Amino acid sequence: MRVALFLTCVNDAVHPRTGRAVVALLERLGVEVDFPAGQTCCGQPQFNTGYRRATEPLVRRMDEVFRDYEYVVSPSGSCAAMVRDNYPRIGAKAMAEGRGSALADAAGRLVPRVLELTEFLVDVLGVEDVGAYYPHSVTYHPSCHGLRMLRLGDRPLRLLRRVKGIDLRELPGAEECCGFGGTFSVKNPDVSAAMGADKARNALSTGAEALCGADNSCLLHIGGTLRRADAPMRTVHLAEILASTEQEVYA
Amino acid sequence: MSRTFVGMPPFPTAARSSTKDGQLRANLTHATHTIRDKRAKAVAELDDWAELREAGKRIKDHTLRHLDHYLEQLEASVTAAGGQVHWAADAAEANRIVTELVRATGETEVVKVKSMATQEIELNEALAKAGISAYETDLAELIVQLGDDLPSHILVPAIHKNRSEIRDIFQDAMGRWGRPAPEGLTDRPAELAEAARLHLREKFLRAKVGISGANFMIAETGTLVVLESEGNGRMCLTLPETLISVVGIEKVLPRWQDLEVFLQLLPRSSTAERMNPYTSTWTGTSDGDGPQRFHLVLVDNGRTDTLADTVGRQALRCIRCSACLNVCPVYERAGGHAYGSAYPGPIGAILTPQLRGVESELDASLPYASSLCGACYEVCPVAIDIPEVLVHLRERVAEGGGHRDGHRVEGAVMRATTWLFDHPAALGAVERAAGAMRGLVPRRLPEKLPLPGPAKAWNDSRDLPELPEESFRDWWKKREQRGSGE
Repeated sequence: MRVALFLTCVNDAVHPRTGRAVVALLERLGVEVDFPAGQTCCGQPQFNTGYRRATEPLVRRMDEVFRDYEYVVSPSGSCAAMVRDNYPRIGAKAMAEGRGSALADAAGRLVPRVLELTEFLVDVLGVEDVGAYYPHSVTYHPSCHGLRMLRLGDRPLRLLRRVKGIDLRELPGAEECCGFGGTFSVKNPDVSAAMGADKARNALSTGAEALCGADNSCLLHIGGTLRRADAPMRTVHLAEILASTEQEVYA
Repeated sequence: MSRTFVGMPPFPTAARSSTKDGQLRANLTHATHTIRDKRAKAVAELDDWAELREAGKRIKDHTLRHLDHYLEQLEASVTAAGGQVHWAADAAEANRIVTELVRATGETEVVKVKSMATQEIELNEALAKAGISAYETDLAELIVQLGDDLPSHILVPAIHKNRSEIRDIFQDAMGRWGRPAPEGLTDRPAELAEAARLHLREKFLRAKVGISGANFMIAETGTLVVLESEGNGRMCLTLPETLISVVGIEKVLPRWQDLEVFLQLLPRSSTAERMNPYTSTWTGTSDGDGPQRFHLVLVDNGRTDTLADTVGRQALRCIRCSACLNVCPVYERAGGHAYGSAYPGPIGAILTPQLRGVESELDASLPYASSLCGACYEVCPVAIDIPEVLVHLRERVAEGGGHRDGHRVEGAVMRATTWLFDHPAALGAVERAAGAMRGLVPRRLPEKLPLPGPAKAWNDSRDLPELPEESFRDWWKKREQRGSGE
C-alpha cells in the first residue's frame, strides 16, 4: 500500500523528527510512504482567526497535491480535523456566495481520504501492536480536535498500551484543553497561559518522564510552559514512541 | 443594582485580572467542576439522551423557521386567556413598556423572578431611574443585587462568591434593602438561607406587582413556563395582583407536548437534577386565583437580525442551561464578568455579538474568547455548534474590522502567510533561513526586549521550541536523492 504523508507546516518546520518517525513506523509496517513536496499548510490558522477567503488557495493546493492517493495520513489531529470538518464548510460557503462548486468538490475529494495517524493504523491497517519498544514512563494528553472533532476515542491509548516496556500513567483532567488554540494563545495570552499552567501541573503530578500527544501544536504549548518552569518532563509525539524499537530510538 | 456591563473593556483585558485572582479562580473551579461532574452522571442515566438532544434541536429549529406564525398564535392564545401582549423591538422599548405598566398600577416596588431577558435589557436600572425598586428574589440574584455586583453565570449568578463573602454581603447590605440580617450571622449555608428567607418573605407579602421571564411559552395554549429550584419564583408568580412577564421571542414552542423534551433536557443539563423542584405554568388570568392582570412583553432586541444569519441563528436554540459555561476552560479561568454581558461563557461569546453587533471593542473580542476546544458543543442539550458560530463571527469581525488597526495588520499577515504557503519553494527557503539562524534565537527572550504584541504574549509565560537544523522537506529531498532508506 502506498500513502501520502500530510506532515503539516508546524511539523515540517519545527518538528521534523515526528515526520521521520512516521516514515519509519509506516515503512516498518509495510506501507510505502510518499511526501508530495507541493504540500504546505491546511490553512487552519487563517480559517480559525476569521480569514476564510485566505484559506481557499490552500484548499485547492491540498486537493491538487493529494489527488492521486487513496490515503493521506497526518500526525496531527488538528490539521486532519481542519480538512474533515472545515473544508466542507469552506466549500459550502463559496457555493452560497455564488462562486461555484470547485471548492466543495475539492473538499468532497479530500474528506474521505484524510486520516489521522492513529485512525490509519487502527482502522485501515488493523494493527494495535506496532512492534514498538519504549522503556519510559509516559502520560498521554488527548488533544481537543482529535478527541471531539475526529472522535479518535481510545485509538491512541490502545496503540500506546501495546508498546513494550512503557509505563503508561493516567493524566488527571486529560480531556481539558491545554489552552493553545492557535492564535488564541496570543490573542488571549493570560487565559491561555493559565490553562497551560494547569495542564502542565496535572502532567507533572503523574511523575512521568514524558508527556505524549498526537498533536505537536499542543505539545509546543505545554512543552514551552514546562520548559519555562524548568520542569523535569519532556514532551514527545505519539509517532516517535510508536516508531521506537530496541534497535532504533526515535523519541 | 446600579452597575451595568456598559463600557467594560475587551475580553482579554478583563480576563487578565481574573486569571490572577486566586480566590475567584478557586471559587469558579470548585463550583463548575462540581456541577459538570453531576451533570455528566444525570445525563448518563438516560439511554435516549442523544435522541432527546436531536428532538430538542429539531423542535427549536422548526419553531425558529416559522417564528412569525408561532408568535402570532401565541399572541392570540394569551389574549384569549385574558392576558395582554406587548411587542418590544429593543431594550429601550421593552423597558419603557414595563415602566409604564408598573406606573399604571400606582406601585413603586416590584418583586422579580430570576430572568435573563430582564438582565439583558437592564430592566432593574431602567426601573430605578423611574423611581421603582425592583427586588430580586432568586437567592443568587439577591446576593448579586445586595453586593452591588454583576451576575457572572447564567444559572448561578453569584458563582464567583464563596459563603463567607456572601455572609459579609448579607450583613452589610440587607438592612439597606429591607429586613436586616440576623445578629451574629455565620457562613453556614442553612443560616444564610434562613436569613435570605426572612428578608424575602416580607417582600413577597407586600408586593402588588411581580416581574418574571419564562423558560418556555406555548403557542397553542398561551401558557408560560418557569423552572426553578427555590420556590421564590412561584411566590412571585402567584402572590402579586399584576404579573408582567418579559420574554425573548425565541422562547416560544409550538405545542404543550413539546415540553416533554425540554423538561428532560433542561434540568439535567443545568442543575444536574432529574427534574427541577418547581415547574410553574401560567395561562392568562383566572378570577379570584393568582394575578388578576397579566402582561406579556415580547422582546426582539437583536433576535430577528440573528435569525437572518444562517450559521449564527442556531444560537437562538439556547435554553439557558449553562452547561457550556460549566465545562468551558476559558470561562473557568476568566470568570463571567469578563464577557461584559448578562450572557457569559461560550454561549455568551456567540449570542452577545449577534444581539449587540460587533462594533465595540468588547463585542468584537468575544468571538475570540475561545480555544475552540469543542467541549461546549459536546454538552449542549440542543446541539448548538458553538465553535462553528465562533469562527463564523470571527470572520465578521475580521472582514468588517477595517476600522480596527489590529485586524488590518493581522489580515495582511494572514494573506502573506497564505501566499507563502501557496509557494512551497519560498516556504522551503524561509525554513532553511530559520534553520541556519537557529543558533541566534534563544529559547527564552530577554524580558526587556521591545517585542511585537504576539511575541511578547507568548514569551511572557512560555519558552519557544528549539528550531531544527533541517526541515523535514529538506531531509526528505536528500533521502530521495540518496535513494530510499537512510
